[in-house]
Amino acid sequence: MLFLIPALPFFSALVLILAGRSLNKAAVSVIACGSMGIAAAITLVLGLPFLQSGEHIIVQHLWTWMQAGSFTAGIDLRLDALSLAFVFVITFVGFLIHVYSTGYMAEDADYSRFFACMNLFVGAMLLLVLADNLLLLYFGWEGVGLCSYLLIGFWYKDPANGYAARKAFIVTRVGDTAMAIALFMLFQYTGTLQIQQILDQAPQLWAAGNSTIVLIAFLLLGGAVGKSAQLPLQTWLPDAMAGPTPVSALIHAATMVTAGVYLIARTHVLFELAPAAQTGVAVIGAVTLLLAGCSALVQTDIKRVLAYSTISQIGYMFLALGVGAWSAAIFHFVTHAFFKALLFMGAGAVIVAMHHEQDMFKMGGLRKQLPAVFWVFLIGSASLSAIPFITSGFYSKDQIVWLAWSSVHGHTFYWIAAITGAFLTAMYTFRMVFLTFYGPKASHHTPHAPGNSMMIPLYILALCSTLAGFVELPHTMGHVTLFSDWLQHILPAVQLQQESTALEWTSQLLAAGLTFLGIYIAWVWVIERPDGMLRFSQMPFMRWLRKLWFSGWAFDALYDEMLVHPFVRTARMNRRDMIDRIYTTLARITEWLHNMLARTQSGLLRWYIMGVVLGAVVILSVLIWRVYV
Amino acid sequence: MTLAGILFVLGLISMLIRRNMIFMLLSVEIMLNAAGLAFIVASSHWAQPDGQVMFMFILSMAAAEVSVGLALILQLYHQLKSLDSDEASRMKG
Repeated sequence: MLFLIPALPFFSALVLILAGRSLNKAAVSVIACGSMGIAAAITLVLGLPFLQSGEHIIVQHLWTWMQAGSFTAGIDLRLDALSLAFVFVITFVGFLIHVYSTGYMAEDADYSRFFACMNLFVGAMLLLVLADNLLLLYFGWEGVGLCSYLLIGFWYKDPANGYAARKAFIVTRVGDTAMAIALFMLFQYTGTLQIQQILDQAPQLWAAGNSTIVLIAFLLLGGAVGKSAQLPLQTWLPDAMAGPTPVSALIHAATMVTAGVYLIARTHVLFELAPAAQTGVAVIGAVTLLLAGCSALVQTDIKRVLAYSTISQIGYMFLALGVGAWSAAIFHFVTHAFFKALLFMGAGAVIVAMHHEQDMFKMGGLRKQLPAVFWVFLIGSASLSAIPFITSGFYSKDQIVWLAWSSVHGHTFYWIAAITGAFLTAMYTFRMVFLTFYGPKASHHTPHAPGNSMMIPLYILALCSTLAGFVELPHTMGHVTLFSDWLQHILPAVQLQQESTALEWTSQLLAAGLTFLGIYIAWVWVIERPDGMLRFSQMPFMRWLRKLWFSGWAFDALYDEMLVHPFVRTARMNRRDMIDRIYTTLARITEWLHNMLARTQSGLLRWYIMGVVLGAVVILSVLIWRVYV
Repeated sequence: MTLAGILFVLGLISMLIRRNMIFMLLSVEIMLNAAGLAFIVASSHWAQPDGQVMFMFILSMAAAEVSVGLALILQLYHQLKSLDSDEASRMKG
């Protein structure tokens, strides 16, 4: 049964690639969504025994992929509590995104190509999280990269989209290379790529802090950073907004960017043996969440706000992984998948309603015109900015904020970063909400309300964004730990340096207070005194800062200067090198010969006869000469 | 034998200087017949039947060639509205 989960999307993708052109849109939708729906149903059936105990594990050996010497890699799938959490989110949220896409992409000419790529994307991601050995995981990893390229550049007629797609592919490739080296090293030292064997052997092979394991862990981190768009490889994600909105939802919520989180959680034993790398994870997470939060504050494109917010939220997950709060990271992944998919699809509904206008300053006043979209978007925003008690985002983020300080690997610096990040999150989220839905009507478009196929997934996700938080409540409020208990057989529980209810209360109240302060500032900024804020932002320093943040801390320009321009210059210098010249000369000679011969082909019949006659005369004379002389 | 040689050269020259395709076809026929005559003369000179047989082959081949050639000329005439072989130089490289 297990193999059906990745096989169904792959099969559907295959059908759509081969026969997509001859199917009508209804058939394409049924195949694409049906395969996802069945995969989600199978996940639920298989997941039922896991509810009783997180120890349950399903392993399925399909066939041996390759064998060379002592090395074997099989197509082996393995489902445990950690992969189940991912598989559940991927299939369930993926299914809703597919249903939503049938509405969003209804007008598109390349309907079947879109769904083929989406199915392939989901299939690759499922293979990634279900793989039992690192090679198969890497296969899924690369498959995800390929599909992200295909989907970001989906509207390939605009060169900018193609550029964004290439950028996503190449930047993540940097991380992939690091990860490939990590796999080679792991194989060299352990002689296997089976994840479980590596995790079992690692503590015997290496002492904690051994330089080899630190190097391996850092290389793995490099791979995770590339896929998860963390510092310093985060630049591809904001540009990835070039793709259709459901693709953004899929990349951000269910697939792709969470692969890095999965990789680190899966190989957590290695990271525990390498404290330096684990600190690296936490620092990268903390810095990224702050940088991306600042950038999100000044964006004008609604999708770019959400893109930076994803980078920032994954920064939270990395921070949690870095302080050893493994299950908190996965918990935040699950809730984030719900509310980020909700926000992206809500934003997509707004964009469609506004006739593909993405600039928030050209929206405004949509609350009256699109009430249903407004309410679900508000629920998603509340969850993203972690409004206390009623949203799932509060429970997951609050856990990370608290553990960033109280875990044995925690540090005050992390806590400050996390809580500042919470403040920034609330501010940029509600700036977006107020700009889009409140204020004067800024556009002459008459928005048209999205259809049912788009709204029903939004309602379901809005429900999940609210309820998913209640499986894990903090000590101070009921102390429910269903989720972390469930994962603790796979991921060790977090170790606290001290437990203090009073401090936890303080942290929570502070976080909640800062959230509300952020919302209030956004209100003042956008609604109450926009002119005052405008004057403030016109001050020279603020303008400079705004420009810096708007460009995502100018990382693009930095990389252009550091890497792209020198490379282009070297390439231009090597344009006419020796080897090239040999081949161009060869080509020239051939071309010259061709021209000579082409001239004889005049098309005049009598010239040809003349040629034949002359040839015959020459041959005859030679023959006669040979016979008689 | 000399007659055959003269006939062949006549056919060849008219082939080269004529531009009308019908006449070119005619000269091809003349050349073929010249070759046939040469075969017959040679066979009677050496008293061998092979030359006669060869002439039969040439006759049948000439018939086939004329039918194909005439069909081609008809098509070309439809296309070009002329029988000038230099007009049919559109396929030059």
